[in-house]
Parts: sequence; C-alpha cells; structure tokens
Amino acid sequence: MIYLDNAATSWPKPPEVACAITEFLECAGGNPGRSGHALSIAAGRLVYETREAVAELFNTPNPLRVIFTQNGTQAINLVLKGILRRGGRVMTTGVEHNAVMRPLRALEREGVHLTIVPCDREGFLSLTDMERAVQPGTSLVVVTHANNVTGTILPVTRVAEIAHRAGALLLVDAAQTAGVVPIDVQDMGIDFLAFTGHKSLYGPPGTGGLVIGDRVDVSTLEPLVRGGTGSRSEFEEQPEDLPDKFESGTPNGPGIAGLGAGIRFVKSRGIDVIRVHEVALTGHLIAGLQGIPRVSVYGPEDPECRTATVSLTIEGCQVSDVGLRLDEEFGILSRVGLHCAPAVHRTIGTFPEGTVRLALGAFTTLEEIEATLAAIRTIAKS
Amino acid sequence: MNTQGVVLFHTTSAALRAEKVVLKANIAGKLIPTPRQLSSDCGIALRFDWSRVDQVKGVLETARVEIAGIHPL
Repeated sequence: MIYLDNAATSWPKPPEVACAITEFLECAGGNPGRSGHALSIAAGRLVYETREAVAELFNTPNPLRVIFTQNGTQAINLVLKGILRRGGRVMTTGVEHNAVMRPLRALEREGVHLTIVPCDREGFLSLTDMERAVQPGTSLVVVTHANNVTGTILPVTRVAEIAHRAGALLLVDAAQTAGVVPIDVQDMGIDFLAFTGHKSLYGPPGTGGLVIGDRVDVSTLEPLVRGGTGSRSEFEEQPEDLPDKFESGTPNGPGIAGLGAGIRFVKSRGIDVIRVHEVALTGHLIAGLQGIPRVSVYGPEDPECRTATVSLTIEGCQVSDVGLRLDEEFGILSRVGLHCAPAVHRTIGTFPEGTVRLALGAFTTLEEIEATLAAIRTIAKS
Repeated sequence: MNTQGVVLFHTTSAALRAEKVVLKANIAGKLIPTPRQLSSDCGIALRFDWSRVDQVKGVLETARVEIAGIHPL
C-alpha cells in the first residue's frame, strides 16, 4: 500500500506517538489540573511538556499562550468568533479552506463585513491586490499558510506587514505547513497561529491548537466554550488566566501526549531535513506527471513554492474513477474531489469536478513516487 | 526540620511551569495539593524550603511566571 493522503492526516505515525499515548493512559491516568494527587500532576506534566514543545517549535516565548483545541478548525473558529462582531471588518484570500470560509460566511450573515482577495490560478496572492483591498477598520486578516489543494505557500510575513499597517491582527491557518515549513510567530508577525496536530506534526487526530502572539490583548478574545478549568473554582465566571480561559473541560490528555511525541520526532529528524526530502520527491512527482499525455498538474511548478501536495486531473477521466483505480488496482491511497476547499478549486479552475490529490509525507519514498507515476501512466493510457 | 513554603498559582499550567523553572535553578521543589487554608485558586501549589524564598521569587520573576501568592507553611 502507498499512502498519499498526508494532507488529510499523516500516516504512518512514528511508533513513539502510540507509545506516548499508551504511557499517558497507563502511567498518568489522572485528570490534568483538576486534583493535586500524583496521577493528576503526572498528567498535567505531560500536557505541559507538549505545550512547551509547541511554544519552542513556533518560537513563542510564553508556553501559556499555547491553547490546545480538538483540531485546527476549532482554533480558527475560536479566533473568528472570539474577535469579530457585527459591523466589524475581516479580510481573507480566495484560497481558504472551509474551516475558514464556513465560519466567516456565518459571521457575514450576522453583519460582519467580509472582503476576499482573489488569488491567481496557481494559488498565489498578489500583495498589491491585498494592499488595495484592505479597508479601514479591518480588525482581522485571515490567511492560509499553504492551501490544501495545490500547496501554494503564501508570503505570510508580507501579509502580516500589510495587516499591521492597517491596524488589523493576523490569523494564519497552518494546517498544511506546521511541522514541515518553518514557522516563527515572532519573526513572521503572526498574531494567531492555528495548527493541527495530526498532519505534519505526526500526532493523533483530535489534537491541535492556537498560539496567541504577544501583540494580542486576550481580554478582547471571547472563549468559544466556557466551563470548568480546575482554577478559580469559587467563581462562576470564566477566568481570564491563560491557557484556562480557552481550555474549559477535560483536555485530550492522551492525544496531547501523543502530539508531544510527534513534535519530538519532527525536531529530532529536523524540519529542514523533512522539507528537503518532501521538496525533492514533489519535484520528481511533478516532473513525471508533466510528461504524461492527458495529465494536467495544478499549482506552481517549483516545488520550493509549495508543500508536498500535488493536484492533477486526467482528460476524459472522472476524478472519482481515477481515485478508485489507484486504490483498487495499485493500492495507492489518494483523495479526490473538492477537499473541503471549493474556493481553491474555483481559483484553479477545477470546480465542481475537483482533482486527484497526491499528498506526500516524511515517510514517502522515491520508489513509491515511481510506482505512482507508473500507475497514473497506465490509467491515462486506457 | 526547616520551615517549608508554598507558591500559589492561578492555573495548573503556571504551577507546572514554575516547577520546571525552580528545579532548573537547582532549588528543591515539589508540587502538592494546595492547602485549603491558603487558597482555592488552583489545585496544586509548589512547596519549597522557606530559607530559599528570595531565590524562588527571583527565578520565577525572571522567567515571568505569574504567581498568586507565596507563603510560609
């Protein structure tokens, strides 16, 4: 079997991830932050270790400004619903995932003004267009670090400059990049970094989070969920302390411990090493696909400008048929269709049919890419 | 036995952070259930030897760990 659906969730996970989850359940079964006994403290320590690992990975000085969520979507919702109010203004791009678009469309119905800056057919954003489109009074700019269809990487640092000049904060959706493209929230001027744990950070599903930059006054951010935090229990009002303000209810301790192990794997192998590996294989895949008659490849040709996610179509073939043949005849697991991102498919001209998406990971090999190219050649010939 | 002290916190995360900071500075510290007579803010507190109270205060301040109080036991 060849697993090429790493943009949906990475597989396999490093073995130490399962070990960390088991260790949490067997050796630290308490509820972190709720009691003072040994097992509760042990659980709290494991959660805290991951908090610190996240802070270090994204270079934020205070681990208490790392908020754990169930996934990237929840982190994005926390910021959008926590900041935007009726009459407010928000700006985003034409290549956002539905994790961003659906909450924004809902907020638009509630009276938030939404501006969308279109991107070109390769998924690139024009900074001039963005600068021109930014309206006075915009409080938030939302941008994906890389979309999940063509993997085109957007210039976050430059977008941050534009956002800040306009007096807005910047939310970055790093679902496709966290763990494989270096991210420094201070250097890049990121105010909110929403990340998922189960893709290039190699943690289990059900993990993710939000890094809140120093520029953000957290008293202006409403929590998505309120409830027990194990702190200030005498009050029936939500505490303002971080991370508790945004972390009500028992956290996914085993998952967060697994995420910690995933991050340690990424650090020990080296983000740069993983990135170089993926860029090389992506370049090889794109070059091979371009040589196959009837195959169209989407997104930038230069693998340095994208993540290891490659979308293609074969003239005269339904994407669902291609996906099924890849799976049944060749044991190659891809994802076909619209990838929860209709905006991206409209941008690259593949809406509503969608594309076949091949998404590589740290464990993908050159042999697997060769076998995939041979399979696509066979399908395109028939 | 020497007098012990405790540092109180608003959140468990701050207590866990403080434990790491204190241990790294080679000061003996142990997380214990917060003595009820002192506070109910957060379930755990950091116990240490009161003779080192100034050092504990110093390292926590340097690391910018927010505390809710510091008391002899």
